[in-house]
Amino acid sequence: MDQFTINLLFVGASFALYIGIAIWARAGSTSEFYAAGRGVHPVTNGMATAADWMSAASFISMAGLIAFTGYDNSTYLMGWTGGYVLLALLLAPYLRKFGKFTVSEFIGDRFYSPTARLVAVICLIVASLTYVIGQMTGVGVAFGRFLEVDNTTGLLIGAVVVFAYAVFGGMKGVTYTQVAQYVVLIMAYTIPAVFISLQLTGNPIPGLGLFGTDQASGEPLLARLDQIVRELGFNEYTAHNGDTFNMMLFTLSLMIGTAGLPHVIMRFFTVPRVADARWSAGWALVFIALLYLTAPAVGAMARLNITEQFWPNGTDGEAVSLETIADDPAYDWMATWQQTGLLGWEDKNGDGRIQYYNDASPAMQEKAAGEGWSGNELTNFNNDILVLANPEIANLPGWVIGLVAAGGIAAALSTAAGLLLAISSAVSHDLIKGRFKPDISEKGELLSARIAMAIAIVVATYLGLNPPGFAAQTVALAFGLAAASIFPALMMGIFSTKVNNRGAVAGMLAGLIVTLVYIFLHKGWFFIPDTNSFTDADPLLGTIKSTSFGAVGAAINFAVAYIVSGMTKPVPQHIQELVESVRIPRGAGAAQDH
Amino acid sequence: MTDKPQRSALEISEADKAYWKSNVRIILISLVIWALVSFGFGILLRPMLSGISVGGTDLGFWFAQQGSILVFLALIFFYAWRMNKLDREFGVEEE
Repeated sequence: MDQFTINLLFVGASFALYIGIAIWARAGSTSEFYAAGRGVHPVTNGMATAADWMSAASFISMAGLIAFTGYDNSTYLMGWTGGYVLLALLLAPYLRKFGKFTVSEFIGDRFYSPTARLVAVICLIVASLTYVIGQMTGVGVAFGRFLEVDNTTGLLIGAVVVFAYAVFGGMKGVTYTQVAQYVVLIMAYTIPAVFISLQLTGNPIPGLGLFGTDQASGEPLLARLDQIVRELGFNEYTAHNGDTFNMMLFTLSLMIGTAGLPHVIMRFFTVPRVADARWSAGWALVFIALLYLTAPAVGAMARLNITEQFWPNGTDGEAVSLETIADDPAYDWMATWQQTGLLGWEDKNGDGRIQYYNDASPAMQEKAAGEGWSGNELTNFNNDILVLANPEIANLPGWVIGLVAAGGIAAALSTAAGLLLAISSAVSHDLIKGRFKPDISEKGELLSARIAMAIAIVVATYLGLNPPGFAAQTVALAFGLAAASIFPALMMGIFSTKVNNRGAVAGMLAGLIVTLVYIFLHKGWFFIPDTNSFTDADPLLGTIKSTSFGAVGAAINFAVAYIVSGMTKPVPQHIQELVESVRIPRGAGAAQDH
Repeated sequence: MTDKPQRSALEISEADKAYWKSNVRIILISLVIWALVSFGFGILLRPMLSGISVGGTDLGFWFAQQGSILVFLALIFFYAWRMNKLDREFGVEEE
């Protein structure tokens, strides 16, 4: 059986599973559609949250970012997990106690203001939609590679599948489908990592192998990696090279953004009790940590494998020859990925060998002059292909490659579905029912939720087909927006009885607008190329990159909300009582189910 | 808890305020640890910990890539366990 058939088999079987589950768990009421009837066990909910949260960015992109930058990109590991501590301690139990369906509903009620609810809905839709565009792009790339169809076809197939189970299943269907997707994606991530860890260190647990011994050299793996990348003129893997302040701010922004993303918060509305909301966040992080503890091992081991493939006789020996790349099956992955345009090499000095080194390093330029090299000949290595190409680089069996294909697609699809659900409930529940047509029937509300979801898929697919040239920026914008607008409003709504309607609205708007403007100043207005006045290499404010600005936006939100609240009418008595009651778990069972 | 009078869900007593104070204290302690392992050991204090070696590198690197995640997990489970206990101590748990 050739690789194409194997990939097709794995992806096809996983799809059949998801669609089957979606049909089996079809939602019959609004309560089931939005919150799975509140009948989801914390462990199940944790697993679904993990699949929901871990997107194409976590599965496909993160290990590659760590592999080629090393220690400095630990920010992703800490940021995307640390947010769960904020969620578990500061938001989840209280929002469950409040007992409504959506994030904006809480903001609208707590700040006794339809305007606050509307602003929250806008923040939520913008953040979720930008995030979903990135997922659809990821779906297109993954399908294109593994089903050997072009990007457009891959994206359209993906859109149809997302549509099928998100629209017909609702939250209940999505929850159980996401459990299946979690199982697929964690196996797809872990199994190749176990193989590679065994090959390199003899330790079957990749997370431990990372700090183990490289069997080939007898040295610790990380010390060996530091040494060979240093000899090729790159920054040492474990060294800190970037700006410390920006690193901290970026980590904080990712943490706050995690706790402010509506599709994740929504998960905690679906557990039966307040106590379960506390445990759920913990279980979610357990399942996320299984991938996140493995990711740094995948990154470091792949970097070592790739570097050694290009320098089979060590960094002092001859580089790999063009004949070896063409003939040796161990190098087949290079030709495969060259077709995607994400990997490229060129024998610049015509010596029949590919020299891979850092040609920006002065020491290496000196060495290159002596050796007759004409610059780095591995001209293109896109970080995003690392996880998908990893099993091929390590020469793992065909079924592992098929499994990774199914896993990457599961990661992108599950997040896309969760985001679409957040968007559809915001439109149908908060906009249509909450503002324009309060007397809408349950059936009508469900229908409008599905129509909203269909429109969101069409918009996301269209923008995914015509990406305005931003993938990582989109994700950064989604996080920045959530961090600067939603998280502070929720936190003040629970922990302060002083912040009033005007304060909350002014705070959200200030955080949102300042963050948007800062991002647009660096990435171009509405992401149109060449309309930016600054770059992240030389940012407007000190060393603060636009991707790290979310935390600053959140601080502005807090400050403005407190100042405006201090100058306007105090919070009415019944709202203060509402806040006090949200803080106490007692009586959560009696919460309104609408 | 038979000596406690029946109360409605919305009524807030002095005991409820004490419960909230204890909760906020537990949150603050947890968040100090949260910041210490990530921003502290993982980033700012890493140079000070560089003498402690872990598998070919130093302790700060381990905290940045794995240690902080493990502590985050412990923190969330500790908080859930501690708060569920606090709920019972104050009699504010769900029926």
